[in-house]
Amino acid sequence: MSTETEDIGLINRREAIRRVSALLGGVAFVGGTSLLTACEKGASRVDTATGAAGKFSAEDVAYLDEIADTILPTTEKSPGAKAAKTGAFMALMVTDTYTPEDQKRFRDGMQALDEASKKANKVGFVQATSEQRTALLTSLDLEAKRVSDAKEAAERKKKGLAPLPPAETAPVGEAHLPDERKEAATGGEAAGAAAITADTPSHYFRMMKELACLGYFTSEIGYTKAMRYIESPGRYDPCIPYTKGEPAWAPHA
Amino acid sequence: MQSATTYDAIVVGSGISGGWAAKELTEKGLSVLLLERGRNVEHIKDYVNATKAPWEYLHRGGRTKAMEEEYQVLKRDYPLNEKNLDFWVKDKESPYTEVKRFDWYRGYQVGGRSLMWGRQSYRHSDLDFAANLKEGIAVDWPIRYAEIAPWYDLVEKHSGISGTRDGLPQLPDGQFQPAMPLNCGEEMVAGKLKKAFNGKRHLIPGRVANATKQLEGRNACQYRNACWLGCPYGAYFSTQSSTLPAAAKTGKLTLKPWSIVSEVIFDKEKKRATGVRAMDAITEQTTDYSAKVIFLCASTINSTWLLLRSATDVWPGGLGSSSGELGHNLMDHHFRCGAEGVLEGMEDKYYYGRRPNGFYIPRYRNLFGDKRDYLRGFGYQGSAGREGWSRAVKELGVGPAFKDGMALPGQWTIGATAFGEMLPNHANQISLDTTKKDKWGMPVIKIDCATGENEARMRKDMIADMADMLEQTGVKKVKTYDNEYFPGMGIHEMGTARMGKAPKTSVLNSHNQVWDAPNVFVTDGSCMTSAACVNPSLTYMALTARAADFAVNELNRRNL
Repeated sequence: MSTETEDIGLINRREAIRRVSALLGGVAFVGGTSLLTACEKGASRVDTATGAAGKFSAEDVAYLDEIADTILPTTEKSPGAKAAKTGAFMALMVTDTYTPEDQKRFRDGMQALDEASKKANKVGFVQATSEQRTALLTSLDLEAKRVSDAKEAAERKKKGLAPLPPAETAPVGEAHLPDERKEAATGGEAAGAAAITADTPSHYFRMMKELACLGYFTSEIGYTKAMRYIESPGRYDPCIPYTKGEPAWAPHA
Repeated sequence: MQSATTYDAIVVGSGISGGWAAKELTEKGLSVLLLERGRNVEHIKDYVNATKAPWEYLHRGGRTKAMEEEYQVLKRDYPLNEKNLDFWVKDKESPYTEVKRFDWYRGYQVGGRSLMWGRQSYRHSDLDFAANLKEGIAVDWPIRYAEIAPWYDLVEKHSGISGTRDGLPQLPDGQFQPAMPLNCGEEMVAGKLKKAFNGKRHLIPGRVANATKQLEGRNACQYRNACWLGCPYGAYFSTQSSTLPAAAKTGKLTLKPWSIVSEVIFDKEKKRATGVRAMDAITEQTTDYSAKVIFLCASTINSTWLLLRSATDVWPGGLGSSSGELGHNLMDHHFRCGAEGVLEGMEDKYYYGRRPNGFYIPRYRNLFGDKRDYLRGFGYQGSAGREGWSRAVKELGVGPAFKDGMALPGQWTIGATAFGEMLPNHANQISLDTTKKDKWGMPVIKIDCATGENEARMRKDMIADMADMLEQTGVKKVKTYDNEYFPGMGIHEMGTARMGKAPKTSVLNSHNQVWDAPNVFVTDGSCMTSAACVNPSLTYMALTARAADFAVNELNRRNL
C-alpha cells in the first residue's frame, strides 16, 4: 500500500519536472536522484532491523507508537499514527532537537505516564486497554493545557500585551505573512516543524502531543491519506464551495 | 584588448542588484566580469530540495540542536531550517561584531538572496523621496519619482511582478502581470475596510515577483508555495531565472564564483578606480582584475565593508569616506507585530492552490492630512486562510474524533504584520573591527544599530491599528501581538553609503557614483537615503538599471 503511494508520488513529481523541462527547452534536472539519496541517508538514523531510533530503543519506540496512536488512531477515514511510524519520528526529534534537559523531561514523562497508568489501571500504558489509555491521556491533555496557558499569559504580561480571554490562549505570530517568514510562526495554516522545534513546551504531555501531531500530519500518510496533497496545484482558485467532511489541503510543498 | 583579467566592467555580487547590473551592462555591449564570493548555484539543477516531498525531510523541516550550534545567528529566526539551509551563509566562516544585537541573515552564493527573498515588490513614491527634505531628517534624496519611474517600468516588465493597479499616490502603479487574487475571506474584509474608513484604507493583493503569465524561459507560477527552495518552473524572479540568462545570452558575461573582492584598486593620480583585487575563496590566491567601471552590488553592509577596506592610503576611512557618512545611517524595517482574528460565517468557503502571496495594506499614517506623534508610517502584509493541522497542538483532544477533525480545514482566520519605516540616523553605524578576522583574513565588520523613539511610538499604532481595522470589519476574537524586533530581522538592510546632493554629506551622487571615484557605482541597498516602509528590492533593481544606463552613456562620452 505505502509502496504504491510512494510510486505515484514520484511519478507525479517526475512528470511535473518533465513538463517544466519541456517548457524551458529540456534543461536537465538531477535533483530527483540526490533527494532520494539524502532520504536514504536520513533513514539510517532509524534502525529498520531493530526499530530503534535516535537514542531510543525499539521498546521505547513501540511505547511512543502506542502513545501517538492513542492520540491519533486509525479510523475509517485514514490510517493512524502507528501506521505512519510516528513513534520513531518522535524518538528522533527528541534526540536531535531537544536539549539534554528537555530530553530528560521527555524520558521522565514517559516513565511518569507509565506510572500513572499503573496507578489508575494496575497495568503499564502499553498493557492498558484503548479506553483506559484514552481516558488517561485526556486528563493529561487538560493538565498540559493549563500549564501552557499559564506560561503564555505570563509571557504576554511580560511584553505588556493585554491578557487573552481564557478560551483564546493560543500563541499569536507572523502566521499570516505572505512569505516564508510564516514558517517560523505558530498557528494558522503554515506552522509546522519550524515553530515546533524552535520552542519546547513545559509539560511532558504537550511535548508528546506536539511531536505526535507533527509526526503524523507531516508524514506521507498524514499528507496524502488524512489530508489532500497536491504537489503542483497549477492554479489558484480564491473561492470555492466547501462541503463539510472534505479533508484540508495539505500545506507547503 | 580584452584579457582574462581586463573587462569593460566589473560587478561585485550576483544577487538582485548585481544580476541587474550584469544584464544591463552586457546588453549595452560591455564585457562584464561578475564576481561572486560564494559557490555557483545553477538554475533548477542545483535546487536540490525543490521537488522533495515534505515527508522526506528527516526532521520535517525543523531545526536540530546541531544546526543551532553551527548557526548562531540564523537560529534567531526563521532562516534556520532544514529545507533550504544550503542557501544561507555559514555564520561561523563569516562572523561579525555586534555592538548591539543585529541579526544579519546572508546568502553567499550566485544569486545571493534573490533565491530565497520574500518577493514583495513595491515602488517608492514622491512622498518617500521628499520626506527627508520636508521633515529636515538626514539629507534629501537627490532624485524624485519621475526620474526613477521609467526604470521601475523596465525592471517590472522583465522581472514579472503581478499586482493590481490601484491608483494610490503613496503606492504608484506599475507594469503588472495579472494579480494573484484575494481569497474570499480577504475580499470580504477588503470591502468592509473601504467602507469603514471612507475609502482611505485599502486592502489589495500583494504585488509579488511571481509571474502569473509565462515569460521568456520562465513558466507561470504553479501555486506550490515552495519558492524559497528554488523554483523548478523559474516562476519567481531570481538572478538565475531572470537576469543571469539575459546577461549570458549576450556572450559578454564572465561569471566567477568563489571570488571574494578584498579591495577596490584606486589610482590617486587619475582619481579613478582601476579594478579590484579578488581572493579565490578556496585557494586563497589573489588576482587583480581591471575595468573601466565597477559596480558594487555586494549587498548593504558588504559593499560598504569593501569601501572601508579600499583606498585607505588616500582616505584612512576608506573609499567614499570623505563625507564622513560612509558606514552611517544603517536602516531596516521594523516589524513582527500586528493582530489577527477569526472570520465567521464562511464555513462553506475554501480555496484551491497554495498562493505564495497575501494581501497588502498600503501606508495611510501621516498622509493626506493624518498627523501622528511620530514621523513616516507603515504598511501591513497579511493573509486570510483556514487553519490547518497545526491547530491540533493547542486544541484539547485525544482519539478518533480529534484526529479526523484535525484533518479537516479549521476556522477562517485573518491577520497581518506591520512593516514600519525606520528613520536614518547617523549614530547607526558599521565600521571595521580590526581585532577580529574572518576565515579569509579580512577584518570583520562591526555593527552598532538600534531603533529609536520614533519607531517605538510608531509601533503602538502598528499593533493597535490592525486590531482596530479587524474589529471594524467584523472580525471576531481579535488578538494583538508583538514578537519583539531587533534591527536586521527585516532582512531589508539599507543605507551606509547614502545618495545625496553634496559630496560633503553623502557618499554617492544622484547616479549612484561614489563622489570620490566616479567610475565606482554602488547600487544595492547601501545607497538608500531613507527606507520608506515598502519592501526595497524593486527600488534597487530600478536604481541599478538607471545607473548602468548612465555609466554606459558616460563611457561613450569619455567622461569615465
